[in-house]
Amino acid sequence: MATVSEARLAVAMFEEPAALKPWHEKLRDTARKQPIGVAGAVIVVLMVLMAIFADVVTPFDPLLNSYESMLVPPDGTYVFGTDMLGRDVYSRIVYGARTALFVGFTAAAIGGFLGLVLGVSSAYFGGLFDLFFQRVMDVFMAFPLVIMALAVVSILGTGTENVILAIIVPFVPRCARVVRSSALQIREIPYIDAAKACGFGHTRIILRHMAPNVMAPFLIMVTAFVGQAILTEASLSYLGLGVQEPTPAWGLMLQGGAEEFAESAPWVAIFPGLAITLAVFGFNLFGDALRDVLDPRLRSSQ
Amino acid sequence: MYKYVVKRLLLLIPTLLGAAVLVFLLLRAVPGNVCELRLGGGGEWVDPAALEQCQIQLGLKDPMHVQLYDFLTNFFTFNFGESMWTGRPVAFEIALRFELSLQIAIMATLVSILVAIPLGTISAIKQNTWIDYVVRTISIAGIAIPSFWLGIIIILGLLITTQAYLGTPWMPPIDYRPLWEDPGYNLSMLIWPAVATGYRYSAVATRMTRSALLEVLREDYVRTARAKGLLEKMIINRHALRNSLLPVVTIIGIEFAFLMGGLVVTEQVFNLNGIGKLFVESVGNQDYVMTQSLVMLVVTIFVLVNLVVDILYAVLDPRIRYS
Amino acid sequence: MSAMKTSFTRLALAAGLGAAVAVGGVVAASAEEPKRGGVLRIVVGSKIPSYDGHRESTFGMIHPIRPFYSLLIRVNPDDPQSSDFICDLCEGDLPAPTNEGKTYTFKIRQGVKFHDGTPLTAHDIVATYNKIIFPPEGILSNRVSRFSMVETISAPDDFTVQFDLKYASPGFIPMVATPFNFVYAKKDIEQKDPEGKDPQYGMKWHQNNINGTGAFSFVEHQPGAFVKGKRYEDYHHEGKPYLDGYKAISAPKMSVRIQSIRGGRADIEFRGFPPKSRDDLVKALGEDITVQESAWNCTFGYAGNQTKPLFQDKRVRQAMTLALDRWGASNYLSKIAIVKTVGGLALPGHPVATDEATLKTYYGYWPDIKKSREKARELLKAAGAEGAHFKIWNRAVDQPYKVVGTWMLDQWKQIGLDVEQVVVPTGPWYAGLRDPDAFDVAIWPSCQSIVNPIVDAGAWLSKERAADNRGYYTDPVLDEWYDEMNREGDPAKQKEIYRKFEKRVLHDEAHFGQVLWWNKINPHRSYVKGWKIAPSHYLNQSLDQVWLDVSDEERKQRTMDELGG
Repeated sequence: MATVSEARLAVAMFEEPAALKPWHEKLRDTARKQPIGVAGAVIVVLMVLMAIFADVVTPFDPLLNSYESMLVPPDGTYVFGTDMLGRDVYSRIVYGARTALFVGFTAAAIGGFLGLVLGVSSAYFGGLFDLFFQRVMDVFMAFPLVIMALAVVSILGTGTENVILAIIVPFVPRCARVVRSSALQIREIPYIDAAKACGFGHTRIILRHMAPNVMAPFLIMVTAFVGQAILTEASLSYLGLGVQEPTPAWGLMLQGGAEEFAESAPWVAIFPGLAITLAVFGFNLFGDALRDVLDPRLRSSQ
Repeated sequence: MYKYVVKRLLLLIPTLLGAAVLVFLLLRAVPGNVCELRLGGGGEWVDPAALEQCQIQLGLKDPMHVQLYDFLTNFFTFNFGESMWTGRPVAFEIALRFELSLQIAIMATLVSILVAIPLGTISAIKQNTWIDYVVRTISIAGIAIPSFWLGIIIILGLLITTQAYLGTPWMPPIDYRPLWEDPGYNLSMLIWPAVATGYRYSAVATRMTRSALLEVLREDYVRTARAKGLLEKMIINRHALRNSLLPVVTIIGIEFAFLMGGLVVTEQVFNLNGIGKLFVESVGNQDYVMTQSLVMLVVTIFVLVNLVVDILYAVLDPRIRYS
Repeated sequence: MSAMKTSFTRLALAAGLGAAVAVGGVVAASAEEPKRGGVLRIVVGSKIPSYDGHRESTFGMIHPIRPFYSLLIRVNPDDPQSSDFICDLCEGDLPAPTNEGKTYTFKIRQGVKFHDGTPLTAHDIVATYNKIIFPPEGILSNRVSRFSMVETISAPDDFTVQFDLKYASPGFIPMVATPFNFVYAKKDIEQKDPEGKDPQYGMKWHQNNINGTGAFSFVEHQPGAFVKGKRYEDYHHEGKPYLDGYKAISAPKMSVRIQSIRGGRADIEFRGFPPKSRDDLVKALGEDITVQESAWNCTFGYAGNQTKPLFQDKRVRQAMTLALDRWGASNYLSKIAIVKTVGGLALPGHPVATDEATLKTYYGYWPDIKKSREKARELLKAAGAEGAHFKIWNRAVDQPYKVVGTWMLDQWKQIGLDVEQVVVPTGPWYAGLRDPDAFDVAIWPSCQSIVNPIVDAGAWLSKERAADNRGYYTDPVLDEWYDEMNREGDPAKQKEIYRKFEKRVLHDEAHFGQVLWWNKINPHRSYVKGWKIAPSHYLNQSLDQVWLDVSDEERKQRTMDELGG
């Protein structure tokens, strides 16, 4: 799958250097032409604000057990009700945004950076290095996430950082492949040769000359990945391989009691699910619009 | 071209080897083993001597390099061994669940096609109108909804609505019967996970249909057709859609291949005894032999599908050339 | 001997607390005439490793496989709460031991046949127990060391089995009644490998094959999906079983099991549901759901790892137990989790169990939680461990592990401790328990089948003697008392020793913190009759007493659907 879009994107990049405008201008264009993208961006910004000001906008400590008010339906005091240990679901969702966004952004940033550097280097050096590197990437890309997560959790223990590690592993190769095939085109442009002729070092050529030119496909990847990382974190937490109690995390909130008691206490199961959906939805809307803008072949035919 | 295919095929070997070593090491890096789970997993008292005995029997006390060597030689000679949990051949355990996974994969793919092609087409034709936005929103929502959550909501919804309207609560069957034995029973069980999964998978295909169609609509021959005054409907049906199907078919093919690898979460929620559930259970049981085989199955599907796609594109898209 | 006999009888009388409670629908009156036919659908939450009971220990195997086999003696299916044992394959009353309590002679029932037609004799029982107690090299048997009192097993004639013990032991009869001791045919155990390869072929045959004398005979097993059994017409208990068959459907997710009973896809689950789910089911289905509840022979506790300096100080351990509001939790946690009863080391209601008044004098059992927490803070301060940091090593299973673990974390925070919870999947969790460097505080549950607290107290002996001592402590006093207690013939004196043993474990040394006993709740469809809840999910699973109170047509239809007429 990645292979398809990566090759096609690479071709596109090479054909139309107009897409190499600075990213903030592209964002402005997006806002004007892409209401969907704007909707996505608004959701994302709201989520971020909610996460930053979690302590201001929540009435309760998300970790506070209250055994007198277990599984209270939504009312004036508890907007989204309480869970089985009497914790305020709304407060836990807001704080859960912190966990989700922290995991999403960190994983996308670290994974993206590694993917970018590795992908460009692989294209730049080529030859045996590239061949070997591609095989390693294939292995990691094809490898089932559950096994990776289980191993990471069992060896390093549970915790947010380790969840991030497990999520990054399959992302790096995917990102590296997309970046690599764009970079392969760029390597052939004479100015790289010129840079080499000037005697610039490998690091400088990779970071200063090649990397900026693969930004478009890279940004599309990374944006989509924030959403995916949030979803993956939720799934892993749901499977018991992610964040652990009592940390507020959406996937965790959907697990166990939330499912078993979903019928008589639907609020425990519904709100965290909506939170995940909305967050991932926001990032995907945004990413989809970004793709439309950055990929020139998809622009309006009129 | 021929040389390229041979080269890519040869390159599969190091990839598979790498995956094999990786899964081998990762599984053994996880503390514990199948014997402890088997003998003491229920919380009952365990005899340490029995534990030792079990480990010896399953070869868990052999030196690491011996275990690795056995695994690799067996894998490359297609001898998958026996499950450490049930003692039955791995091939038998997988074959047993294959039928169900295959049926779900087919049904989900059908759902996905039925959703993706019309929606993608409308979305492309009406690009940047509210219809386009609505379609894209629906399709993106499909990727955004966590599959485990969707499953819970579906079952809960069925129980509540049937009780409210029919008087007795109804839920899908929890044990599988083959399609040819009891079609009604079979479909009433599998339709729900198929719809949930198909909807999710249709998102990517919808987007692909849309962008492929948009691209084709810009081609010269479409402009010519328009210039000739052909009806827009005809242009879409006769020329554009047909020519833009390749990437869509490819995407759907890839998705089908991955569906075959099992649906880890959905199968749990709907209590389906498929490859995904087997995978989760064998990981949980620390059944190395079974897990290794399943991981290698998934990895092999993945690399083969990628290879086929790359070759297809090399053949069909003149802009892509492989050295 | 008579001492022991008395102890069983007393147990039967003391079923008070353990008595089954039924709410919702009306429980079948015993006079009701059982209807024959139909197929019972059971949902099972765990998996089948192999069919060999001698080797396995999971209820995931007991629930689907146990109905194919008989035992020598079993818990009384009409009164499973009593821990009163009765003959299954033996005849008459339970034998009284002779030879100063060292010889037990069982008369074997005549006319019993295995499902393949082979008649059962005493030699089959001898071969079975030899396989369980003296397995040959290379054959796994899970309960060898618990039968360490057995010297020899013999068959003086075709219908008599004699067990000779090394020493008199009150633990012997309960061990014989363990539901994993499936009786196999001698010819199956001794059969040769048709391919001549495996000399132990017969010993392993039962891992993948079934031939028993149970109420049902094997029909089909689809791994990961279901096990089916059909009525064994020649079953030795007259007129039973009532069912035409049963189907045990695998459903690993708790929510699926609950929903399947609600949605009419299953009739019963034998492990247990959370109380909240019971209420939901009763609310949704009213009279159509019958709930049986019982105390559950599973402890839920914890231990501080005494290889770590923090937990070597007994004041810290005492503070930890003082912080737990057991009486409060018994009220509110019992609404959402499968735990309920406050108790000591023995199953509450059992004759040796401590009475509530005495219990309330122990650390952590004080009725006034405020005072208790003040004392805890005091002790922490004295130990210089205020705000100490540690991690709870917990298992990734929701009920009751994670629910109660998260509650404990909150309780300890309230005396100023800085606590984290590490939750890992079952395999790594067990492995961690075996490695004293891996954890600080371990969740320490223990589920036994037969209620036998005197023997089960062995779990809290010094680490040198108890392989699964999770506190990693050495306490010779406990070891001495334990031996003394197990050699004691007089129940009153036995109880006295038990009392001081328990006080030392829970209060004086606070090696182990008993939190709450599990509470077994089995809501099932009201038409399922004849099954009575036992204090363990391993017990009373032969299903020969179970019948379906539905219309004749429905019973026929079910048999048609599942067994094809």
